[in-house]
Amino acid sequence: MSAVGISNVAKYYGRLAALADVSLTIQDGEFFGLLGPSGGGKTTLLRSIAGFVEPDRGEITIAGKTVSNIPINKRDIGMMFQNYALFPHLTVAENIGFGLSVRHRPKSEIAERVRHLLELVRLSGFEARKPKQMSGGQQQRIALARALSTNPKVLLLDEPLGALDKKLREEMQFELKQIQREVGITTVFVTHDQEEALTLSDRIAIMNKGGVEQIGSPREIYERPRTAFAASFLGTANFFEGVVSGRSDGLTRIELPDGQAIFTTDEAPAGAKVTAAVRPEKLLAGPPRPEAPQGRINTIQGRVTAEVFTGNSVTYKVDAGDRTVTVFVQNRTDERFGPNQAIALTWEAFHTILVAA
Amino acid sequence: MKKTTSALSGLYLILILFFLYIPIIIMMIMSFNRSELYLLPFEFDLVWYEQLAQNGQLLGAARNSILIALVNAVLATTLGTMTALCFARYEFRGKRVLQGLLLPTLTMPWLITGTAMLLFFFWSGIGRGLHSILLGHVALSLPYVVIIVGARLRSFGVSMEEAAATLGANAWQTFWRVTAPLMAPGIVAAALFAFAISFDQFVISYFLAPVGTSTLPVQIYSAIRKGFTPEINAISTIIILASMILMIGFAYFSKFGGER
Repeated sequence: MSAVGISNVAKYYGRLAALADVSLTIQDGEFFGLLGPSGGGKTTLLRSIAGFVEPDRGEITIAGKTVSNIPINKRDIGMMFQNYALFPHLTVAENIGFGLSVRHRPKSEIAERVRHLLELVRLSGFEARKPKQMSGGQQQRIALARALSTNPKVLLLDEPLGALDKKLREEMQFELKQIQREVGITTVFVTHDQEEALTLSDRIAIMNKGGVEQIGSPREIYERPRTAFAASFLGTANFFEGVVSGRSDGLTRIELPDGQAIFTTDEAPAGAKVTAAVRPEKLLAGPPRPEAPQGRINTIQGRVTAEVFTGNSVTYKVDAGDRTVTVFVQNRTDERFGPNQAIALTWEAFHTILVAA
Repeated sequence: MKKTTSALSGLYLILILFFLYIPIIIMMIMSFNRSELYLLPFEFDLVWYEQLAQNGQLLGAARNSILIALVNAVLATTLGTMTALCFARYEFRGKRVLQGLLLPTLTMPWLITGTAMLLFFFWSGIGRGLHSILLGHVALSLPYVVIIVGARLRSFGVSMEEAAATLGANAWQTFWRVTAPLMAPGIVAAALFAFAISFDQFVISYFLAPVGTSTLPVQIYSAIRKGFTPEINAISTIIILASMILMIGFAYFSKFGGER
């Protein structure tokens, strides 16, 4: 059964479509990421599920029930806000117990639940503190415990780690994922950070301009992006635009404007104008080779224009005909390419992915 | 360089305090001086306070002032808080116009406001009296309350109220458990301010006071016109001390309230 169903949901602000007929299904227990640039519609979608935004069209279901006419406080959701939105006038225990308290549950039950949740987020003993007396990471865990307190059907996270510094963020990513697994709760989260999306999500929906560009596991989207936007938003991609000039041996030949040709295992009709994406780490940089590309290996010639050392790898910008290609080279050997050096870039044909422009 | 700057700013501060407080301090001291003509040497005496205690008119006016200021604080704070909540949390037609109309009354001279009120109250049959003074004071202090409470509301935004809703709280629970406690420091500060505005108000009270009754500032003014007695110093001393306590309370709640 689907935990959250979105079908043909649209929301307009004036003539601007914040959501343009979005449909997607989130499975029970899934950790689902909404990834996209600001203004892409991901936050509007999350707030529509929560009930803060009322869609103009379409239907949202939680645990199989339509929630369109159900007010926020009756939707049985847990939400963690970007700035945590902890109640500053209440103690940690009162914050976590708030949801049960407004449901008039007995004090002993609330105390027991609070104790259990503090144990879950590893903050036992902090019951009497005020949120202001705690660090950013601790506040975040309190917010998570509070969002889980009422055993909601779905957990919504708005930029969950956005306010933390880099190191704490990495720690919290693992912890968040671990707690989510332990509790087994269906979770939808919004992020503009591709690394966060890759680390946390079981599946990701890439959103842009109010629409869904692609839905899939992080690996699927990374390895097989369907659109140029998806390819460049999740990871980095080199794009080659050309015209299909035939297919043989399971390889499609793409003629580039500068006369070079590359091959892909993807299929496309002859004469079609296509865009091909290649991930920078799939490229191998080596000394120039004069012979024409053979078989399943693509080769293009170029000249190094820039080199950026990033520790575990080196990023080269290579001027190849009428385009600049980015290459990541693992820092494994002493081989280096200086500026203006002529090099050849090679890669497997199946790493050339045809994407919608 | 740094030394000169701090010495200069120190001097500046001393000058401000000097011109601000010396007249007041002299007046306070003179309220305890026996001589009616402010003659020195200073002789401590509570004679003016004793006379003040006998002065029914002045004390009656003081009672009126306190009563009006208290009722004004309650009314203006309630209405102003509701208005501020409405501005901060709801969208409706004409909101901008209403918000815009609130501010000019702050800069409008009281003399003009007072005249306008007098005309209006006379024309509408409300007339002069303590009730019209109260109405005038509420109208006068309402914008201040809206601004003070509104600033407090803006300082914490809507996300905590949204969080309460996701946790299952209905509108009533959200207001009493989250919004009200969070804006409480602003409300207290606004109430103190409304009290002070009413208590210090002269012009409007003067215009709207009926013959025979008046508020403290109006009574002091007419007493001075008849002839200055150190009794005025005595009551002024009491007012100043009360005002200072009130304003320190205001500073405490408006400035430090948020961080507690």
